[in-house]
Amino acid sequence: MRLVVRAAQATGATELIDIGAAHVDSCLYHGEATLDFVRRLVDGRARVAVPTTLNVGALDLLHPELYRGDPRVAERGRLLMDRYRSLGARPTFTCAPYQLADARPALGEQVAWGESNAIAFCNSVLGARTNRYGDFIDVAAAVTGRVPNAGLHRTEARRATLVLRLASDVPPALRDADELFPVLGIVLGRRAGSAVAAIDGAPPGQSEDRLKALGAAAASAGSVAMFHLVGSTPEAPSLDAALQHRPPLRVEMIHLADLRAARDELTTAAGDRLRAVSLGTPHASLGELERYAVMLGGRQVHPDVELLVSTGRDTLAAAAERGIRERLREAGAELLVDTCSYIAPILRPGEGAVMTDSAKWAYYAPGNVGAEVVLGSTAECIRSAVAGRVLRDDALWGAA
Amino acid sequence: MITGTALVLDEPLSLWGGVDPASGLIIDVHHPQRGAAIGGRVLVMPSGRGSSSSASVLAEAVRAGTAPAAILIGEADLILAIGSAVAEELYGVRVPVVVKPLDRLARIRDGMVLQIGPRGGVRRASA
Repeated sequence: MRLVVRAAQATGATELIDIGAAHVDSCLYHGEATLDFVRRLVDGRARVAVPTTLNVGALDLLHPELYRGDPRVAERGRLLMDRYRSLGARPTFTCAPYQLADARPALGEQVAWGESNAIAFCNSVLGARTNRYGDFIDVAAAVTGRVPNAGLHRTEARRATLVLRLASDVPPALRDADELFPVLGIVLGRRAGSAVAAIDGAPPGQSEDRLKALGAAAASAGSVAMFHLVGSTPEAPSLDAALQHRPPLRVEMIHLADLRAARDELTTAAGDRLRAVSLGTPHASLGELERYAVMLGGRQVHPDVELLVSTGRDTLAAAAERGIRERLREAGAELLVDTCSYIAPILRPGEGAVMTDSAKWAYYAPGNVGAEVVLGSTAECIRSAVAGRVLRDDALWGAA
Repeated sequence: MITGTALVLDEPLSLWGGVDPASGLIIDVHHPQRGAAIGGRVLVMPSGRGSSSSASVLAEAVRAGTAPAAILIGEADLILAIGSAVAEELYGVRVPVVVKPLDRLARIRDGMVLQIGPRGGVRRASA
Protein backbone atom coordinates (compact mmCIF):
# COMPACT_ATOMS: atom_id res chain seq x y z
CA MET A 1 0.00 0.00 0.00
CA ARG A 2 2.93 2.29 0.65
CA LEU A 3 3.92 1.97 -3.00
CA VAL A 4 0.40 2.77 -4.18
CA VAL A 5 0.35 5.88 -2.00
CA ARG A 6 3.79 6.82 -3.32
CA ALA A 7 2.39 6.45 -6.82
CA ALA A 8 -0.51 8.71 -5.90
CA GLN A 9 1.97 11.35 -4.76
CA ALA A 10 3.99 11.01 -7.95
CA THR A 11 0.89 11.40 -10.12
CA GLY A 12 -0.76 14.11 -8.06
CA ALA A 13 -3.88 12.02 -7.35
CA THR A 14 -5.92 12.75 -4.26
CA GLU A 15 -7.93 9.53 -4.16
CA LEU A 16 -7.64 5.83 -4.98
CA ILE A 17 -10.04 3.81 -7.10
CA ASP A 18 -10.81 0.07 -7.24
CA ILE A 19 -9.55 -2.01 -10.14
CA GLY A 20 -11.15 -5.11 -11.65
CA ALA A 21 -7.98 -6.90 -12.77
CA ALA A 22 -4.21 -6.63 -13.09
CA HIS A 23 -1.49 -7.74 -15.48
CA VAL A 24 1.89 -8.05 -13.79
CA ASP A 25 5.18 -7.58 -15.64
CA SER A 26 7.40 -7.94 -12.56
CA CYS A 27 7.88 -11.69 -13.12
CA LEU A 28 10.69 -11.14 -15.65
CA TYR A 29 14.09 -11.53 -13.99
CA HIS A 30 16.36 -8.49 -14.26
CA GLY A 31 18.79 -9.39 -11.49
CA GLU A 32 18.60 -10.10 -7.78
CA ALA A 33 16.69 -6.88 -7.04
CA THR A 34 13.59 -8.41 -8.65
CA LEU A 35 13.84 -11.45 -6.34
CA ASP A 36 14.64 -9.29 -3.30
CA PHE A 37 11.39 -7.41 -3.91
CA VAL A 38 9.09 -10.42 -4.31
CA ARG A 39 10.66 -12.06 -1.25
CA ARG A 40 9.24 -9.21 0.83
CA LEU A 41 5.77 -9.88 -0.59
CA VAL A 42 6.01 -13.64 -0.03
CA ASP A 43 7.36 -13.17 3.51
CA GLY A 44 4.47 -10.80 4.24
CA ARG A 45 2.01 -13.46 2.97
CA ALA A 46 0.70 -11.14 0.26
CA ARG A 47 -1.97 -12.43 -2.16
CA VAL A 48 -3.43 -10.75 -5.20
CA ALA A 49 -6.82 -9.18 -4.51
CA VAL A 50 -8.06 -9.13 -8.11
CA PRO A 51 -7.79 -11.57 -11.07
CA THR A 52 -4.17 -11.19 -12.16
CA THR A 53 -2.39 -12.41 -15.28
CA LEU A 54 1.39 -12.70 -15.55
CA ASN A 55 3.63 -11.32 -18.27
CA VAL A 56 6.52 -13.17 -19.91
CA GLY A 57 9.38 -14.47 -17.79
CA ALA A 58 13.01 -15.28 -18.48
CA LEU A 59 12.46 -18.75 -19.89
CA ASP A 60 10.00 -21.09 -21.54
CA LEU A 61 8.83 -23.33 -18.70
CA LEU A 62 7.21 -25.76 -21.14
CA HIS A 63 10.31 -26.04 -23.37
CA PRO A 64 13.21 -25.12 -21.04
CA GLU A 65 15.73 -26.82 -23.31
CA LEU A 66 15.45 -23.84 -25.68
CA TYR A 67 17.36 -21.64 -23.21
CA ARG A 68 21.00 -21.19 -24.26
CA GLY A 69 22.25 -18.84 -21.55
CA ASP A 70 23.77 -19.18 -18.08
CA PRO A 71 21.85 -21.97 -16.27
CA ARG A 72 22.10 -20.06 -12.98
CA VAL A 73 20.29 -17.09 -14.51
CA ALA A 74 17.64 -19.47 -15.88
CA GLU A 75 17.15 -20.90 -12.39
CA ARG A 76 16.77 -17.43 -10.87
CA GLY A 77 14.33 -16.52 -13.64
CA ARG A 78 12.29 -19.65 -12.99
CA LEU A 79 12.27 -18.96 -9.25
CA LEU A 80 10.91 -15.46 -9.86
CA MET A 81 8.12 -16.82 -12.09
CA ASP A 82 7.23 -19.36 -9.37
CA ARG A 83 7.18 -16.68 -6.67
CA TYR A 84 4.65 -14.59 -8.60
CA ARG A 85 2.51 -17.64 -9.17
CA SER A 86 2.55 -18.27 -5.43
CA LEU A 87 0.95 -14.84 -4.87
CA GLY A 88 -2.17 -16.21 -6.58
CA ALA A 89 -1.54 -14.80 -10.05
CA ARG A 90 -2.51 -16.88 -13.07
CA PRO A 91 0.52 -18.36 -14.86
CA THR A 92 -0.36 -17.01 -18.30
CA PHE A 93 3.22 -15.80 -18.98
CA THR A 94 2.20 -13.79 -22.01
CA CYS A 95 2.77 -10.21 -23.14
CA ALA A 96 -0.59 -10.37 -24.94
CA PRO A 97 -3.11 -11.05 -22.14
CA TYR A 98 -5.71 -9.33 -24.33
CA GLN A 99 -5.75 -12.47 -26.49
CA LEU A 100 -7.22 -14.48 -23.59
CA ALA A 101 -11.00 -14.26 -23.81
CA ASP A 102 -11.43 -14.46 -20.03
CA ALA A 103 -8.76 -11.85 -19.27
CA ARG A 104 -9.97 -9.07 -21.56
CA PRO A 105 -11.30 -6.12 -19.59
CA ALA A 106 -14.48 -4.48 -20.83
CA LEU A 107 -14.79 -1.03 -22.41
CA GLY A 108 -14.39 1.53 -19.64
CA GLU A 109 -13.23 -0.98 -17.00
CA GLN A 110 -10.53 0.23 -14.59
CA VAL A 111 -7.49 -2.09 -14.44
CA ALA A 112 -3.75 -1.95 -13.65
CA TRP A 113 -1.65 -3.39 -16.44
CA GLY A 114 2.10 -3.59 -16.88
CA GLU A 115 4.02 -4.39 -20.11
CA SER A 116 4.22 -1.45 -22.48
CA ASN A 117 2.51 -3.09 -25.48
CA ALA A 118 -0.31 -4.49 -23.31
CA ILE A 119 -0.86 -1.07 -21.75
CA ALA A 120 -1.19 0.55 -25.17
CA PHE A 121 -3.54 -2.21 -26.37
CA CYS A 122 -5.67 -2.12 -23.22
CA ASN A 123 -6.33 1.61 -23.45
CA SER A 124 -6.44 2.03 -27.19
CA VAL A 125 -8.02 -1.14 -28.56
CA LEU A 126 -10.10 -2.46 -25.64
CA GLY A 127 -11.00 0.97 -24.28
CA ALA A 128 -10.29 -0.29 -20.76
CA ARG A 129 -8.38 2.10 -18.54
CA THR A 130 -4.86 1.75 -17.20
CA ASN A 131 -1.87 3.97 -16.66
CA ARG A 132 1.68 2.92 -17.56
CA TYR A 133 2.25 0.69 -14.57
CA GLY A 134 5.80 -0.53 -14.38
CA ASP A 135 7.37 -3.28 -12.36
CA PHE A 136 6.64 -3.30 -8.59
CA ILE A 137 3.65 -0.93 -8.82
CA ASP A 138 1.79 -3.44 -11.01
CA VAL A 139 1.92 -6.09 -8.30
CA ALA A 140 1.32 -3.51 -5.55
CA ALA A 141 -1.90 -2.63 -7.38
CA ALA A 142 -2.81 -6.32 -7.78
CA VAL A 143 -2.31 -6.95 -4.05
CA THR A 144 -4.19 -3.86 -2.87
CA GLY A 145 -6.79 -3.85 -5.67
CA ARG A 146 -6.43 -0.07 -5.87
CA VAL A 147 -4.67 2.57 -7.92
CA PRO A 148 -4.45 6.37 -7.82
CA ASN A 149 -7.29 8.03 -9.69
CA ALA A 150 -5.06 9.83 -12.17
CA GLY A 151 -4.01 9.98 -15.79
CA LEU A 152 -5.71 7.59 -18.21
CA HIS A 153 -8.11 6.33 -15.55
CA ARG A 154 -9.88 9.65 -16.11
CA THR A 155 -11.86 10.45 -19.25
CA GLU A 156 -10.32 13.86 -19.91
CA ALA A 157 -6.76 12.47 -20.09
CA ARG A 158 -7.81 10.07 -22.88
CA ARG A 159 -8.43 12.95 -25.27
CA ALA A 160 -6.09 13.17 -28.25
CA THR A 161 -4.03 16.35 -28.09
CA LEU A 162 -1.95 15.57 -31.17
CA VAL A 163 -3.29 14.70 -34.61
CA LEU A 164 -1.01 12.73 -36.94
CA ARG A 165 -2.33 12.64 -40.49
CA LEU A 166 -1.06 10.37 -43.24
CA ALA A 167 -0.01 12.70 -46.05
CA SER A 168 -1.32 12.37 -49.60
CA ASP A 169 1.99 10.85 -50.79
CA VAL A 170 1.38 7.69 -48.71
CA PRO A 171 -0.02 5.30 -51.34
CA PRO A 172 -3.44 3.69 -50.75
CA ALA A 173 -1.97 0.17 -50.91
CA LEU A 174 0.44 0.96 -48.08
CA ARG A 175 -2.32 2.49 -45.94
CA ASP A 176 -4.00 -0.91 -45.74
CA ALA A 177 -0.93 -3.18 -45.66
CA ASP A 178 0.29 -5.24 -42.69
CA GLU A 179 3.76 -3.75 -42.98
CA LEU A 180 2.54 -0.19 -42.45
CA PHE A 181 1.55 -0.66 -38.83
CA PRO A 182 4.84 -1.49 -37.06
CA VAL A 183 6.60 1.32 -38.95
CA LEU A 184 3.77 3.78 -38.29
CA GLY A 185 4.08 2.83 -34.62
CA ILE A 186 7.73 3.90 -34.55
CA VAL A 187 6.81 7.29 -36.04
CA LEU A 188 3.92 7.59 -33.56
CA GLY A 189 6.21 6.84 -30.60
CA ARG A 190 8.81 9.39 -31.75
CA ARG A 191 6.28 12.14 -32.42
CA ALA A 192 3.93 11.60 -29.50
CA GLY A 193 6.31 10.74 -26.65
CA SER A 194 3.82 10.29 -23.84
CA ALA A 195 1.02 12.34 -25.41
CA VAL A 196 -2.23 10.78 -26.66
CA ALA A 197 -2.32 11.07 -30.45
CA ALA A 198 -5.05 10.40 -32.99
CA ILE A 199 -3.89 8.96 -36.30
CA ASP A 200 -6.02 9.83 -39.28
CA GLY A 201 -5.83 8.43 -42.78
CA ALA A 202 -5.88 4.63 -42.49
CA PRO A 203 -8.95 2.72 -43.72
CA PRO A 204 -11.42 2.03 -40.88
CA GLY A 205 -11.87 -1.30 -39.10
CA GLN A 206 -8.20 -2.32 -38.79
CA SER A 207 -7.65 -5.72 -37.16
CA GLU A 208 -6.50 -6.29 -33.59
CA ASP A 209 -3.28 -7.88 -34.87
CA ARG A 210 -2.40 -4.73 -36.79
CA LEU A 211 -3.29 -2.51 -33.85
CA LYS A 212 -1.13 -4.72 -31.63
CA ALA A 213 1.84 -4.14 -33.95
CA LEU A 214 1.18 -0.40 -34.03
CA GLY A 215 0.93 -0.05 -30.25
CA ALA A 216 3.93 -2.25 -29.48
CA ALA A 217 6.16 -0.18 -31.76
CA ALA A 218 4.84 3.12 -30.40
CA ALA A 219 5.45 1.98 -26.82
CA SER A 220 9.03 1.03 -27.73
CA ALA A 221 9.99 4.20 -29.59
CA GLY A 222 8.07 6.47 -27.21
CA SER A 223 6.22 6.13 -23.94
CA VAL A 224 2.84 5.85 -25.63
CA ALA A 225 0.19 4.43 -23.30
CA MET A 226 -2.75 5.26 -25.53
CA PHE A 227 -3.44 6.19 -29.14
CA HIS A 228 -6.49 6.55 -31.32
CA LEU A 229 -6.70 5.25 -34.87
CA VAL A 230 -9.69 7.03 -36.32
CA GLY A 231 -12.31 4.52 -37.43
CA SER A 232 -10.63 1.54 -35.77
CA THR A 233 -10.28 2.15 -32.01
CA PRO A 234 -13.36 2.37 -29.80
CA GLU A 235 -12.91 5.88 -28.48
CA ALA A 236 -12.30 7.25 -31.99
CA PRO A 237 -15.35 6.54 -34.17
CA SER A 238 -14.47 9.96 -35.61
CA LEU A 239 -11.56 12.37 -35.25
CA ASP A 240 -13.81 14.75 -33.39
CA ALA A 241 -14.71 12.04 -30.85
CA ALA A 242 -11.01 11.26 -30.27
CA LEU A 243 -10.44 14.96 -29.64
CA GLN A 244 -13.42 14.98 -27.25
CA HIS A 245 -14.84 17.79 -29.39
CA ARG A 246 -12.03 20.23 -28.67
CA PRO A 247 -9.29 21.52 -30.96
CA PRO A 248 -5.97 19.63 -30.93
CA LEU A 249 -2.82 21.28 -29.61
CA ARG A 250 -0.86 20.18 -32.69
CA VAL A 251 -1.54 18.70 -36.13
CA GLU A 252 1.36 17.04 -37.97
CA MET A 253 1.66 15.21 -41.26
CA ILE A 254 3.33 11.83 -41.73
CA HIS A 255 4.93 11.66 -45.17
CA LEU A 256 6.08 8.61 -47.03
CA ALA A 257 9.67 9.69 -46.42
CA ASP A 258 9.08 9.64 -42.63
CA LEU A 259 7.79 6.08 -42.84
CA ARG A 260 10.66 5.00 -45.05
CA ALA A 261 13.20 6.53 -42.66
CA ALA A 262 11.68 4.67 -39.70
CA ARG A 263 11.67 1.42 -41.65
CA ASP A 264 15.28 1.87 -42.73
CA GLU A 265 16.40 2.70 -39.21
CA LEU A 266 15.08 -0.60 -37.88
CA THR A 267 17.16 -2.61 -40.31
CA THR A 268 20.71 -2.85 -38.96
CA ALA A 269 21.99 -5.69 -41.16
CA ALA A 270 23.36 -5.42 -44.67
CA GLY A 271 23.36 -8.16 -47.32
CA ASP A 272 21.02 -11.10 -47.68
CA ARG A 273 22.66 -13.61 -45.35
CA LEU A 274 20.02 -14.99 -42.97
CA ARG A 275 20.40 -17.08 -39.83
CA ALA A 276 16.97 -16.81 -38.24
CA VAL A 277 13.46 -15.44 -38.57
CA SER A 278 11.57 -14.35 -35.47
CA LEU A 279 7.78 -13.94 -35.54
CA GLY A 280 5.30 -13.36 -32.73
CA THR A 281 6.40 -10.19 -30.90
CA PRO A 282 4.15 -9.38 -29.12
CA HIS A 283 2.96 -12.98 -28.78
CA ALA A 284 1.27 -14.30 -31.91
CA SER A 285 -2.51 -14.64 -31.81
CA LEU A 286 -4.25 -17.81 -32.91
CA GLY A 287 -5.15 -16.07 -36.16
CA GLU A 288 -1.52 -15.15 -36.78
CA LEU A 289 -0.33 -18.71 -36.10
CA GLU A 290 -2.81 -19.95 -38.64
CA ARG A 291 -1.63 -17.34 -41.15
CA TYR A 292 1.98 -18.48 -40.73
CA ALA A 293 0.91 -22.06 -41.42
CA VAL A 294 -1.04 -20.99 -44.50
CA MET A 295 1.87 -18.88 -45.78
CA LEU A 296 4.25 -21.79 -45.31
CA GLY A 297 1.80 -23.86 -47.33
CA GLY A 298 3.50 -27.17 -46.65
CA ARG A 299 6.98 -25.88 -47.58
CA GLN A 300 9.95 -26.51 -45.30
CA VAL A 301 12.02 -23.90 -43.55
CA HIS A 302 15.52 -23.79 -45.08
CA PRO A 303 17.93 -26.02 -43.10
CA ASP A 304 20.32 -23.10 -42.43
CA VAL A 305 17.58 -20.90 -40.98
CA GLU A 306 15.89 -21.06 -37.59
CA LEU A 307 12.23 -20.00 -37.71
CA LEU A 308 11.21 -19.06 -34.20
CA VAL A 309 7.59 -18.25 -33.38
CA SER A 310 6.70 -16.77 -29.97
CA THR A 311 3.21 -17.11 -28.55
CA GLY A 312 1.38 -17.56 -25.28
CA ARG A 313 0.99 -21.01 -23.73
CA ASP A 314 -2.81 -20.76 -23.84
CA THR A 315 -2.76 -19.74 -27.50
CA LEU A 316 -0.38 -22.62 -28.26
CA ALA A 317 -2.79 -25.04 -26.59
CA ALA A 318 -5.62 -23.70 -28.73
CA ALA A 319 -3.40 -24.02 -31.82
CA ALA A 320 -2.59 -27.62 -30.89
CA GLU A 321 -6.30 -28.48 -30.71
CA ARG A 322 -6.79 -27.18 -34.24
CA GLY A 323 -3.73 -28.90 -35.67
CA ILE A 324 -1.98 -25.58 -36.35
CA ARG A 325 0.88 -26.32 -33.98
CA GLU A 326 1.70 -29.54 -35.80
CA ARG A 327 1.55 -27.87 -39.20
CA LEU A 328 4.07 -25.28 -38.02
CA ARG A 329 6.33 -27.87 -36.43
CA GLU A 330 6.25 -30.10 -39.49
CA ALA A 331 7.41 -27.14 -41.57
CA GLY A 332 10.38 -26.81 -39.22
CA ALA A 333 9.23 -23.89 -37.06
CA GLU A 334 10.27 -23.75 -33.40
CA LEU A 335 7.50 -22.62 -31.04
CA LEU A 336 8.42 -20.61 -27.97
CA VAL A 337 6.08 -19.73 -25.07
CA ASP A 338 6.32 -17.91 -21.71
CA THR A 339 9.14 -15.65 -22.90
CA CYS A 340 10.44 -14.02 -26.07
CA SER A 341 13.52 -14.37 -28.24
CA TYR A 342 14.64 -10.75 -27.81
CA ILE A 343 14.75 -10.89 -24.00
CA ALA A 344 16.31 -14.31 -23.44
CA PRO A 345 19.21 -16.18 -25.07
CA ILE A 346 17.19 -18.51 -27.28
CA LEU A 347 18.38 -17.96 -30.85
CA ARG A 348 20.89 -20.38 -32.31
CA PRO A 349 24.22 -18.60 -32.66
CA GLY A 350 25.37 -18.08 -36.22
CA GLU A 351 26.36 -15.69 -38.96
CA GLY A 352 23.89 -13.44 -40.72
CA ALA A 353 20.83 -11.38 -39.98
CA VAL A 354 17.70 -12.16 -38.05
CA MET A 355 14.57 -11.14 -39.89
CA THR A 356 11.40 -10.09 -38.09
CA ASP A 357 8.04 -8.53 -38.83
CA SER A 358 7.99 -6.81 -35.44
CA ALA A 359 9.24 -3.27 -34.98
CA LYS A 360 9.49 -3.94 -31.25
CA TRP A 361 11.72 -6.96 -31.81
CA ALA A 362 13.79 -4.99 -34.31
CA TYR A 363 14.08 -2.12 -31.87
CA TYR A 364 15.32 -4.04 -28.84
CA ALA A 365 17.10 -7.14 -30.17
CA PRO A 366 20.34 -5.47 -31.29
CA GLY A 367 20.97 -4.12 -27.77
CA ASN A 368 19.55 -7.06 -25.83
CA VAL A 369 20.72 -10.15 -27.67
CA GLY A 370 23.24 -8.67 -30.12
CA ALA A 371 21.29 -9.58 -33.27
CA GLU A 372 21.70 -7.84 -36.61
CA VAL A 373 18.15 -7.24 -37.80
CA VAL A 374 16.16 -6.92 -41.02
CA LEU A 375 12.57 -5.71 -40.71
CA GLY A 376 10.15 -7.14 -43.25
CA SER A 377 6.49 -8.01 -43.65
CA THR A 378 5.21 -11.32 -42.30
CA ALA A 379 5.00 -12.69 -45.84
CA GLU A 380 8.58 -11.59 -46.59
CA CYS A 381 9.78 -13.22 -43.37
CA ILE A 382 8.17 -16.55 -44.26
CA ARG A 383 9.41 -16.41 -47.86
CA SER A 384 12.93 -15.66 -46.64
CA ALA A 385 12.82 -18.49 -44.07
CA VAL A 386 12.01 -20.94 -46.85
CA ALA A 387 14.51 -19.49 -49.33
CA GLY A 388 17.33 -19.29 -46.79
CA ARG A 389 18.17 -15.67 -47.57
CA VAL A 390 16.71 -12.21 -47.03
CA LEU A 391 13.98 -11.42 -49.56
CA ARG A 392 12.36 -8.01 -49.37
CA ASP A 393 10.17 -6.09 -51.77
CA ASP A 394 10.52 -2.32 -51.54
CA ALA A 395 7.82 -1.54 -54.12
CA LEU A 396 5.14 -0.80 -51.54
CA TRP A 397 7.42 1.79 -49.95
CA GLY A 398 7.73 3.74 -53.15
CA ALA A 399 11.29 2.70 -53.97
CA ALA A 400 12.19 2.98 -57.62
CA MET B 1 22.83 16.50 -0.65
CA ILE B 2 23.75 14.54 -3.77
CA THR B 3 26.49 15.73 -6.10
CA GLY B 4 27.14 14.42 -9.59
CA THR B 5 28.24 15.33 -13.08
CA ALA B 6 25.43 15.91 -15.56
CA LEU B 7 24.92 13.46 -18.41
CA VAL B 8 22.49 15.29 -20.69
CA LEU B 9 20.68 12.82 -22.93
CA ASP B 10 19.75 14.04 -26.39
CA GLU B 11 16.77 11.66 -26.48
CA PRO B 12 14.64 9.86 -23.89
CA LEU B 13 16.07 6.54 -22.72
CA SER B 14 14.28 3.36 -21.70
CA LEU B 15 16.38 1.87 -18.91
CA TRP B 16 15.17 -1.62 -19.80
CA GLY B 17 16.63 -2.53 -23.17
CA GLY B 18 18.58 0.72 -22.98
CA VAL B 19 21.00 0.18 -20.11
CA ASP B 20 22.88 -2.90 -18.96
CA PRO B 21 22.50 -2.82 -15.16
CA ALA B 22 25.63 -4.95 -14.70
CA SER B 23 27.86 -2.30 -16.31
CA GLY B 24 25.71 0.85 -16.29
CA LEU B 25 26.41 1.37 -20.01
CA ILE B 26 23.82 2.56 -22.54
CA ILE B 27 23.18 -0.37 -24.93
CA ASP B 28 20.27 0.99 -27.00
CA VAL B 29 21.69 0.98 -30.54
CA HIS B 30 19.16 3.61 -31.61
CA HIS B 31 20.23 6.03 -28.88
CA PRO B 32 22.73 8.74 -29.85
CA GLN B 33 24.66 8.22 -26.59
CA ARG B 34 25.13 4.48 -26.88
CA GLY B 35 28.17 3.38 -24.90
CA ALA B 36 27.99 6.18 -22.31
CA ALA B 37 28.21 5.17 -18.62
CA ILE B 38 25.33 6.38 -16.43
CA GLY B 39 26.80 5.21 -13.10
CA GLY B 40 27.12 8.06 -10.59
CA ARG B 41 26.02 10.68 -13.13
CA VAL B 42 23.09 13.06 -12.88
CA LEU B 43 20.99 11.82 -15.78
CA VAL B 44 19.13 14.66 -17.51
CA MET B 45 16.39 13.70 -19.98
CA PRO B 46 13.23 15.24 -21.38
CA SER B 47 11.01 12.24 -20.54
CA GLY B 48 10.99 8.52 -19.87
CA ARG B 49 10.44 6.05 -22.68
CA GLY B 50 9.62 2.50 -23.51
CA SER B 51 9.53 -0.48 -21.26
CA SER B 52 7.56 -0.91 -18.06
CA SER B 53 10.51 -3.04 -16.86
CA SER B 54 12.62 0.09 -16.39
CA ALA B 55 11.65 0.21 -12.70
CA SER B 56 13.33 -3.17 -12.17
CA VAL B 57 16.41 -2.14 -14.12
CA LEU B 58 16.77 1.00 -11.98
CA ALA B 59 16.47 -1.05 -8.76
CA GLU B 60 18.93 -3.62 -10.06
CA ALA B 61 21.39 -0.90 -11.07
CA VAL B 62 21.18 0.50 -7.53
CA ARG B 63 21.88 -2.97 -6.13
CA ALA B 64 24.79 -3.44 -8.53
CA GLY B 65 26.22 0.03 -7.84
CA THR B 66 25.83 1.21 -11.45
CA ALA B 67 22.82 3.52 -10.97
CA PRO B 68 22.88 7.22 -11.73
CA ALA B 69 23.24 9.56 -8.72
CA ALA B 70 19.97 11.25 -9.64
CA ILE B 71 17.57 11.63 -12.57
CA LEU B 72 16.31 15.03 -13.71
CA ILE B 73 13.35 14.69 -16.02
CA GLY B 74 11.04 17.03 -17.90
CA GLU B 75 7.80 15.21 -17.11
CA ALA B 76 6.68 12.99 -14.23
CA ASP B 77 7.46 9.32 -14.87
CA LEU B 78 5.76 6.86 -12.57
CA ILE B 79 7.95 3.96 -13.67
CA LEU B 80 11.18 5.66 -12.66
CA ALA B 81 9.66 7.11 -9.47
CA ILE B 82 8.58 3.64 -8.31
CA GLY B 83 11.92 2.05 -9.27
CA SER B 84 13.64 4.66 -7.14
CA ALA B 85 11.25 4.14 -4.21
CA VAL B 86 11.70 0.35 -4.25
CA ALA B 87 15.49 0.63 -4.47
CA GLU B 88 15.51 2.93 -1.46
CA GLU B 89 13.27 0.54 0.47
CA LEU B 90 15.38 -2.53 -0.39
CA TYR B 91 18.91 -1.10 -0.31
CA GLY B 92 18.68 2.20 1.55
CA VAL B 93 20.14 4.13 -1.40
CA ARG B 94 18.28 7.18 -2.65
CA VAL B 95 18.30 8.00 -6.38
CA PRO B 96 16.04 11.05 -6.53
CA VAL B 97 13.88 11.40 -9.64
CA VAL B 98 13.25 15.14 -9.87
CA VAL B 99 10.79 16.72 -12.30
CA LYS B 100 11.89 20.11 -13.66
CA PRO B 101 10.46 22.24 -16.47
CA LEU B 102 12.09 21.64 -19.84
CA ASP B 103 13.41 25.21 -20.04
CA ARG B 104 15.29 24.68 -16.76
CA LEU B 105 16.69 21.37 -18.01
CA ALA B 106 17.77 23.07 -21.25
CA ARG B 107 20.17 25.27 -19.28
CA ILE B 108 22.08 22.25 -17.97
CA ARG B 109 25.16 21.42 -20.02
CA ASP B 110 26.74 18.02 -20.21
CA GLY B 111 29.58 17.78 -17.71
CA MET B 112 28.28 20.44 -15.30
CA VAL B 113 28.65 19.44 -11.66
CA LEU B 114 25.23 19.61 -9.98
CA GLN B 115 24.00 19.40 -6.43
CA ILE B 116 20.55 18.03 -5.65
CA GLY B 117 19.11 18.95 -2.29
CA PRO B 118 16.85 16.77 -0.11
CA ARG B 119 13.75 18.56 -1.44
CA GLY B 120 14.72 18.31 -5.09
CA GLY B 121 16.41 21.70 -5.41
CA VAL B 122 19.04 21.64 -8.15
CA ARG B 123 22.00 23.97 -8.34
CA ARG B 124 25.38 24.13 -9.93
CA ALA B 125 28.16 23.18 -7.56
CA SER B 126 30.64 26.00 -7.12
CA ALA B 127 33.95 25.25 -8.77
